[in-house]
Amino acid sequence: MSENILSVRNLTVKYISRETGVCHAVNDVSLDVKKGETIGLVGETGAGKTTIALSILRLLPMPPARIVSGEIYLQGEDLLKMPEGGMRGIRGGRISMIFQDPMTALNPIDRVGDQISEMIKLHLDLNNAQAAGKAAEMLEMVGIPSTRFNDYPHQFSGGMKQRVIIAIALACRPELLLADEPTTALDVTIQAQVLNMMKGLKNELGTSMVLITHDLGVVAETCDRVAVVYAGEIVEIGTADAVFEKKSHPYTVGLFNSLPDITGERKRLLPIAGLMPDPTALPEGCKFSPRCPACGEACTKGPVGLRLESGTHFVRCLKAGQ
Amino acid sequence: MPSANAAARAQGPYENVVVRQRSMFRQIVDRLVRNRSAMIGFCILMTIVVLCLLAPVIAPEGYNAQNLLEKFLTPSLRHPCGTDNLGRDVFARILYGGRVSLFIGFASTLFAAAVGIVIGLFAGFSGGAADNIAMRFMDVLMSIPAILLAITIAAALGTGVSSAIFAIGISSIPIFARLTRAPIIQLKNEEYVEAARSINAGRLRIMFGHLLPNIMSPLIVQVTVNVALSILLAAGLSFLGMGVQPPSPEWGAIITSAMVYIIDHSYLVTMPGIAISLTVIALNLFGDGLRDCLDPRLKI
Amino acid sequence: MARYVVKRLIFMIPVLLGVSFLIFVILFLTPGDPVDVILSGQVTEDVREAWRESRGLNDPFFVQYFNFIGGIVLHGDWGSSFVNGQSVTGDIMLRFPNTFLLACLTTVIACVIGILLGVFTAKHQNTWLDTSFSVVGMVGISMPQFWLGLLLLIWFGLNLKWFPVSGFDGPRYWVLPCVALGVQNAAILLRFTRTSVLECIRQDYVRTARAKGQTESVITWHHIVRNALIPIITTVGTLFGGALGTAMILEQVFSINGLGRLMVEAIAMRNYPVVRASVLILAISYSIIYLVLDLLYAAVDPRIKADFEGQSFFGRGRFFAARAKKTGHFPKGGGAHA
Repeated sequence: MSENILSVRNLTVKYISRETGVCHAVNDVSLDVKKGETIGLVGETGAGKTTIALSILRLLPMPPARIVSGEIYLQGEDLLKMPEGGMRGIRGGRISMIFQDPMTALNPIDRVGDQISEMIKLHLDLNNAQAAGKAAEMLEMVGIPSTRFNDYPHQFSGGMKQRVIIAIALACRPELLLADEPTTALDVTIQAQVLNMMKGLKNELGTSMVLITHDLGVVAETCDRVAVVYAGEIVEIGTADAVFEKKSHPYTVGLFNSLPDITGERKRLLPIAGLMPDPTALPEGCKFSPRCPACGEACTKGPVGLRLESGTHFVRCLKAGQ
Repeated sequence: MPSANAAARAQGPYENVVVRQRSMFRQIVDRLVRNRSAMIGFCILMTIVVLCLLAPVIAPEGYNAQNLLEKFLTPSLRHPCGTDNLGRDVFARILYGGRVSLFIGFASTLFAAAVGIVIGLFAGFSGGAADNIAMRFMDVLMSIPAILLAITIAAALGTGVSSAIFAIGISSIPIFARLTRAPIIQLKNEEYVEAARSINAGRLRIMFGHLLPNIMSPLIVQVTVNVALSILLAAGLSFLGMGVQPPSPEWGAIITSAMVYIIDHSYLVTMPGIAISLTVIALNLFGDGLRDCLDPRLKI
Repeated sequence: MARYVVKRLIFMIPVLLGVSFLIFVILFLTPGDPVDVILSGQVTEDVREAWRESRGLNDPFFVQYFNFIGGIVLHGDWGSSFVNGQSVTGDIMLRFPNTFLLACLTTVIACVIGILLGVFTAKHQNTWLDTSFSVVGMVGISMPQFWLGLLLLIWFGLNLKWFPVSGFDGPRYWVLPCVALGVQNAAILLRFTRTSVLECIRQDYVRTARAKGQTESVITWHHIVRNALIPIITTVGTLFGGALGTAMILEQVFSINGLGRLMVEAIAMRNYPVVRASVLILAISYSIIYLVLDLLYAAVDPRIKADFEGQSFFGRGRFFAARAKKTGHFPKGGGAHA
């Protein structure tokens, strides 16, 4: 479990547009994904989680997006320096992605089977018939009878579509799966099904996974490690056990406090006051300082670095542990 | 206003947010002013309209003043568009002709819009047999090419400005009827219509007071585009000898009467055509801008 | 699907009856006695009366109308020309191919240029190339077609003598009229294609295809353009129909013996049988074009196909609502919606 599949080093991404100015979407993010592990990226909408995932596949719309600095290593190769042709081999072949909204992620005019075999034909050396056979196999694998190979997306429900998307993503046995809120758009009952299926398939195929979510329950259920993202920065990262056990960053604490507590110790939800800072005008010092109950004078002065909390648990807070 | 701000802050976090209330019309005008294509179109159009309105001032001799000593003069400072076979100043003719062309364009569009919208409203709102009959009639009108429908109607009515307006107007009724009916069918079951019914609002009041304002955006855009189309169609009609007749200086008629001389005096054809094209460009640009401003969803 | 086609063909009948009735009414109301135009003024009243009688012009309106419809339905007789007494079908069949060829060539040229440029400008949105093609397109849309035809005729026909200026007898004759008619159509198609492609270009399934590692050209032509095709097909259809109609004006400019010119002459001559039959032929062409369009929609989009196949035989209202929803917007840009 020690080999790093993916290492993101000091990634900084900005969105530059004439109307809104420079938006600091991702600021100096470093992240390692080990072989076979699942790491959760947790944070509010707009924190920059999706941007991180899209940067890894180099799928950011450029312009307006621009990767200002950083390196992304896939087993030692820097993806950001790779030519576009080589990148196409990575996308889908070695890293694949599941998008948030299954309703719109499938091409409405192609048969679902063909959409799976498109992926297979791009990355595996198979002829049409073999690719179709493999695609049918993938459909069965995600729990859809292969008789529905020739159906179109509009004939499927949301949960079924997400299964098809998962089948596409896993068809070429990628080393890394980027799952961007794979269950957010689904009904609660379907969410658990899909999540369990993903977990099972991931273990079966030995894939590593980056799971983007804002649902702490999902993290607790599936992730080995967790990184909390706030305003484009990782504010806390560590094993899921460590982070859940000892929430160190005030933002993480706030996230947990805004969950309903079914043990009934807390009567009311405690929302985090205020809003996420405008990414075009981030505050000086700690990005969370304007909303932080423990904010001190030093917090608003200079940049705050990640500090070792314990073991492999890091926190970006001056006050943590005090 | 520091004291007001302080008072506002004391009341709560939202009080210092200044909400500027503006009417929808003002908002749209504001957006239009900032829209480049709308403004370019508007400026060209206004220039043309003002020039045409000022025709008697710019060219006091009128559009029919002949001067046989000055036939076929090529464009110069004194005659910006040259003179024709009778020594008439083409620029003056274009200015006066613009009044006719623009009038035909706007009048036929307003006629078509008025009739088409009423048909579409009643058909869409009533549904059933009335809807079916009205829409099949629109199908019939749409199955005849616009130019052909216009020339047959013009043949029946005789040549002239008013019959051109009528002929062109009729051929654009279906597009307005359809543009009105399609959203009405969806909107008539909305809850605000239900609400209006529940307070005993009459059919007419619901149709014109509640439904029509909600579907105005595409109709307004279509009016702009349709004026352009009507000007083109009117010119085509004159060209076929079925529209406004020479010596009237309608733009298409100027071109038609110059046809005989195109070999040696092509500017006689070129100049009025440029006038038509500029006007249509202006209207289309304005229509594009208007669409972006009225329906931001469509903007890409 | 066959059932759907039969249904559509049956529903064409009332529309065509409506067209024939409308044109009959308009011509009936048209002032001017055909006798005055066709026979010279020197003949006696008896001769004129006999002429009127033999052409059925003295019959009441509805008798004339039913004779006309009855002739077509029962005997395949579309009427006889007032001028030469020959069956009008001969004249029409001689002229229609020219008009049809002109419309076809124009549409093909417009499709190739308009769609390619539309996709290109959409892919390069907001660059100087996009802006300049948009400006060119706007100018193309706004020029009167007969005026452009005249300009081409003056420059390339009369001055440079590259192409013949009248007739329609071979490829060299086709160039100028097709360009005159095609420029506007290409410009309209460019605008529609661009808008439609831009609507699809940011769709999630395009990102999915990129995430699969698909090549950019397959993404463009398979994933984006095929999804953008429905409004494009609608535009191509309306443009083709429009070209059949507006060909009339260019036939006049380039002295082409087409249906349009025949009709203009016939209207001037009060030669009603020719006008009626020509209008009806055009209306039938229109209806067939719209049917072909619908079948193309079904071929492109499985959702529309399912919708067509799921219809009951008489569920017309639902069909139109569904089509309006699926085929998206009404014609947006300026241009001939004829």
